[in-house]
Amino acid sequence: MSTTEATQGLALPAEAAPPRRAGGSDRVAHAILLLGVVLFALPLWIVLMGSTHDAATIGRGEVPLLPGGHAVENYTAAWQRGGAGVPGGRMLWNSTVMALSIALGKIAISIISAYAVVFFRFPFRKAAFWSIFITLMLPVEVRIFPTFKVVSDLGMVNTYAGLIIPVIASATATLLFRQFFMTIPDEFVEAAKMDGAGPLRFFWDVVLPLSRTNMAALFVILFVYGWNQYLWPLLVATSADVETVVIGMVKMIGSEANTEWNIVMATCVLALLPPVAVVILMQRWFVKGLTETEK
Amino acid sequence: MATLELSAIRKSFGPVEVLHGVDLAVADGEMIVIVGASGCGKSTLLRIAAGLEIPSQGRVRIAGRDVTALEPADRDIAMVFQNYALYPHMSVAQNMGYGLKIRGLPRAEIDRRVREAAALLGIEALLDRRPRQLSGGQRQRVAMGRAIVREPKLFLFDEPLSNLDAKLRVQMRAEIRRLQRRLGVTSLFVTHDQVEAMTLGDRLVVMHQGHAAQVATPMEIWAKPADTYVAGFIGSPAMNFLKGRLTEGGRAVALEAGPTIRFADGPRPGPEGLPLTIGIRPEHVRAEAGGLALTLTLDLVEPLGSEAVLHGRLPNGEALVVKLAGPGPRDGTLPVALPAEALHVFVAEGGRRLDPAGG
Repeated sequence: MSTTEATQGLALPAEAAPPRRAGGSDRVAHAILLLGVVLFALPLWIVLMGSTHDAATIGRGEVPLLPGGHAVENYTAAWQRGGAGVPGGRMLWNSTVMALSIALGKIAISIISAYAVVFFRFPFRKAAFWSIFITLMLPVEVRIFPTFKVVSDLGMVNTYAGLIIPVIASATATLLFRQFFMTIPDEFVEAAKMDGAGPLRFFWDVVLPLSRTNMAALFVILFVYGWNQYLWPLLVATSADVETVVIGMVKMIGSEANTEWNIVMATCVLALLPPVAVVILMQRWFVKGLTETEK
Repeated sequence: MATLELSAIRKSFGPVEVLHGVDLAVADGEMIVIVGASGCGKSTLLRIAAGLEIPSQGRVRIAGRDVTALEPADRDIAMVFQNYALYPHMSVAQNMGYGLKIRGLPRAEIDRRVREAAALLGIEALLDRRPRQLSGGQRQRVAMGRAIVREPKLFLFDEPLSNLDAKLRVQMRAEIRRLQRRLGVTSLFVTHDQVEAMTLGDRLVVMHQGHAAQVATPMEIWAKPADTYVAGFIGSPAMNFLKGRLTEGGRAVALEAGPTIRFADGPRPGPEGLPLTIGIRPEHVRAEAGGLALTLTLDLVEPLGSEAVLHGRLPNGEALVVKLAGPGPRDGTLPVALPAEALHVFVAEGGRRLDPAGG
């Protein structure tokens, strides 16, 4: 995706708009842009091409830049057999479950917390908000050992629950929703009171629909975040049942000399697709959610 | 329909008391306009009637029923907000019918009421649109429609016209008045615009620093303002105030600006020499030479076409504004007379109106 976008972006100003300044500086600008495109796109291209050759080609140390003839068998192998014992399909499924649950769970929990913090007056409201806020400063890595201890004591190692629950609360998302809710005019709350809508009704009929674009934008960010989880799944998912594709790939490479690079690359391409699909499908909402509020 | 009764309403926000005991009785079908400068507590009073604020003291009764402790939705009222508060993600019809839907009315009934109200307001064609696709005037109508469909006992308007441009404001003002007469619903209307207040209200409440300075019909307020605040607030250009003292046993005022004028409507009670504030509206000042004429030195002339507003100073330095028919002089000086029958007499201290004894 980034390849096509980047080259289009490059072609447009060159053809459509007349050059602003003649000669040198324009060429330098283009050269820098081209370099950027190559830096971003070349690794992707190599992976894509590598996944269509047989193991021997890459084993010889060649870096193929043109498509080979083994695409179908490589992808089938990656999907059904996998490189390190776990079928790629299984790993992708695990990743999907994890990423979806994390994204949806984070949205659900943070939107409810933000609703409480913004629209209700209760004792220790400020304290509750600040304690949520402070956890922004603590990345997963800082609390990873105590968390692991808790999860393992609860018997959640090697379960989806163990993968998902420890990372399902999001201070960032809570903060974002809080900021958005604060822009909802008081008059809406009052009009709803006049209409006889209770807090749940107001949440469901007014706040949720108004938050749609924000939720969509957050979903994209959080899905990609969930998909790319590495450290936590590495600790907590040690059995094949719950192994995610990111961990799976690392394990494939880890098996030293006889790494089947063609399968690794095919798996890599497969692992790329879901986040790319989410971004493309939700792009319109994503941009909308980050740039405008419906009012 | 219903009456509204506010009795001894007090409201404090923390240590600050913004309403100091306001009483108001609105008769059935009456339109009362609460008017005052910003921060006078007029919106708070409306919100207390609505149930959006709880009074610190006092009771609210609607149709004789004490609703002080009731939620807004249980008071059988409808409110039109300053920025209309239309839900942006709902169509016009959904906005109007939302309250009815929550009350659990059957869909056919909601539909009928929404259509009726839309026909009344001339917005049938807009029912499927979203609020952001509407102009200010249309939004205003939808907000009215949302209030009408509920068939409430009481309408509450919180400065509903202040977001409209001047022309539309005049038009919507007339429309609201017509509609309110036709539906006969008791209404409370808050505004800071005295023209709006004068034209809309059966009676006005002029609020000043958390008190109801005067409650009366627009013409009463204009003709007999209860104090200098009301006198200066209602009328445009604002009333002139001149300093004077009670003299001749209460029968006349000695103006600092020079002349002594005998009251046309009888003597005022009070000690000789009591400091007074004499009010006279700019349109009542006459441009004529004569026995009691004063010389006005003009410093600004505002021609308005059919009339002119002249700003000037009297010999003792007090400012005086005069409104004359016709284009008026350009500059220079102007002899002016203050007709005794047009004078408003206030006690200088406190600004209370001083009426003739026994009258």
